[in-house]
Amino acid sequence: MDIVKEVLEKQAKESAKYKSIEVIKHEEVKIDCGRLMISDPNSFTEELKENTETYIQNLTRDNVQLLVNSIWQLPTERLDEHIVVKLPKPTFALPRARKLPVPKPLTKWEQFAKAKGIKKRTKDKKVWDEELGKWVPTYGYQKFKADRDKNWVLEVPKNIDPMTDMFQKKKDLKNERVAKNELARMKNIARAQKVDVPRVGFVSEDSATAKELHIASTIAKHSTASVGKFQESLPKEKNARGIGVRELIPGAATKRKRPLDNKTERTEQIETVQKILNKRPKIDVEKAVQIQKREERIERENKPAEPKKKKGSHPKQVKKFGKKPKSGIGRKGNRKPAGRKRR
Amino acid sequence: MSLMRIQKPKTRKGKVALLEREPKVIENIKNVLILEGRKVSVTVKELLKDICTFKKPNCKTLSRNNDITPFEDQNPLEILAKKSDCHLFIFGSHSKKRPDNIVMGRVYDDQILDMIEFGVKQYKALKDFKNEKIDVNCKPCLVFNGDQWSKSEELRRIKSLFVDMFHVEDVESIRLQGIEHVISFTLTEDLTIMIRSYKILLKKSGLQTPRIELTEIGPSIDFSIRRTKIASKDLYKLAHKKPAELKVTKKKNVSRDALGNVNARVHIDKQVINKLQLRKMKGLKKTAEEKKTARQLKKAASKEN
Repeated sequence: MDIVKEVLEKQAKESAKYKSIEVIKHEEVKIDCGRLMISDPNSFTEELKENTETYIQNLTRDNVQLLVNSIWQLPTERLDEHIVVKLPKPTFALPRARKLPVPKPLTKWEQFAKAKGIKKRTKDKKVWDEELGKWVPTYGYQKFKADRDKNWVLEVPKNIDPMTDMFQKKKDLKNERVAKNELARMKNIARAQKVDVPRVGFVSEDSATAKELHIASTIAKHSTASVGKFQESLPKEKNARGIGVRELIPGAATKRKRPLDNKTERTEQIETVQKILNKRPKIDVEKAVQIQKREERIERENKPAEPKKKKGSHPKQVKKFGKKPKSGIGRKGNRKPAGRKRR
Repeated sequence: MSLMRIQKPKTRKGKVALLEREPKVIENIKNVLILEGRKVSVTVKELLKDICTFKKPNCKTLSRNNDITPFEDQNPLEILAKKSDCHLFIFGSHSKKRPDNIVMGRVYDDQILDMIEFGVKQYKALKDFKNEKIDVNCKPCLVFNGDQWSKSEELRRIKSLFVDMFHVEDVESIRLQGIEHVISFTLTEDLTIMIRSYKILLKKSGLQTPRIELTEIGPSIDFSIRRTKIASKDLYKLAHKKPAELKVTKKKNVSRDALGNVNARVHIDKQVINKLQLRKMKGLKKTAEEKKTARQLKKAASKEN
């Protein structure tokens, strides 16, 4: 027993050397270890006004002690000579800085590829060129140089002017492709942002083909208030036709629907049939009541009037027949109602 | 969405910079924009400087005076915040009507979410405390004292704003010795916010958990609340929306034991033993006659129906 006492005494002495780490609070404090945050809902004592600075410091010390106590309970790790504690996820929620990310809208090509199940094939960054005998980049940096080395001479076809600069022509074609791609990009942006873009028009007059001019003239003809109904037409003149032309002409029917596939057509037909078969007569209660009333009234009026019975017990309450006499109307009493009863 | 701009970024660096400003699932640290109004007093200037030292890598300071009155027209402030990619701001000004004025606020989706105006009642700068300071960019502990903090919606927002402003960054783990700074926010009965900052000293306690002692390192600020502009409940809720990717969905019937093994319960349909295809053998094959009778039986059955 002596040994136990001794040990206990020793420990008590040891602990007396240090200050306690225990803190007592009336109301429970909220600790968020993930955010290293503690909220103390206990109200202050009078000491705050007298000795503000020391009071706040002591209060904060107690709260930090509580926070540290709970942090020291968390699982620790050793990470190159430092003891690291793993913090839980913070519970105190903070607002975001930006909206939630939304998926990028698909481009027209991407939509098409998705519908058709076309997958993107990755090209190699460099390919072996037999002619040059070296690896040549497929795109980007140094591609231009390799191309110049390979196609250092170009043949002029027989059917065109022999003085044409084929290099310039090649350059122009490339520029045109770039411009086309840029236009497609713009259209994709417009589609993603739901902006209306005019579909009519061509770049310049000299680049318009006969077909384009025909479309333009047809559109112009139909662009009157009466959608071209009273416009004179040349003999044998016809409206422009082609893919997507119909939609451009004002007044023409909007896009024709594609023929449905078997399955959807079937379901749609069944739906319409079922809709018709499932129809129930609608009952307009108000109207029904009106009709009923009218019928009753007609029946009543057609019947010969019965002499009214006198009630013996309440002779005074017997109603006088007929309506209350109105001023300005000569006739009294047995007046047949004229016309419809107005309500 | 930066690639959906009309003007394409010309350099890779520019593209990366634009992508950095796009909505993300896990967001960057919010930067603080520190700026001054038409006129600033010495106190406010010192205060802004001290806050800047605490926020150091995550803050941007504008050196010129700005002709902005946030509560009258918040547009220029929004533009500045967007331009400098900051989602928190501290605006200091000084006028006869509102001396030593500080406006703190935060931005959500390029719009000011909430904005609180404080008056500096008392201020003691960082340099007035002549003692050892803390390391830069260490995550402070935040202590909120007082029962007033949850009294009204406005005060709750102020608390949230303070946490947003001073919590630095969400971290997964922290060095135990790295817990060395505490900022305490004390809200008194007369709605004065007392902000004090202390250095934590870890002392021996005879146990594993250390005993905490504090020394004040400054700054010490007393704020009174002036004007406020807080977001509507809907917007505030929207700002707190978590992306679906981060939401933890609990998997049914799957658990992990202490050793990290996955335990799961799998449900299987009842086995149909009668129709189970076993090894095909010639001897078990039906003869032509058997097949014929089976066919006839089937025919008869269908006729009856």
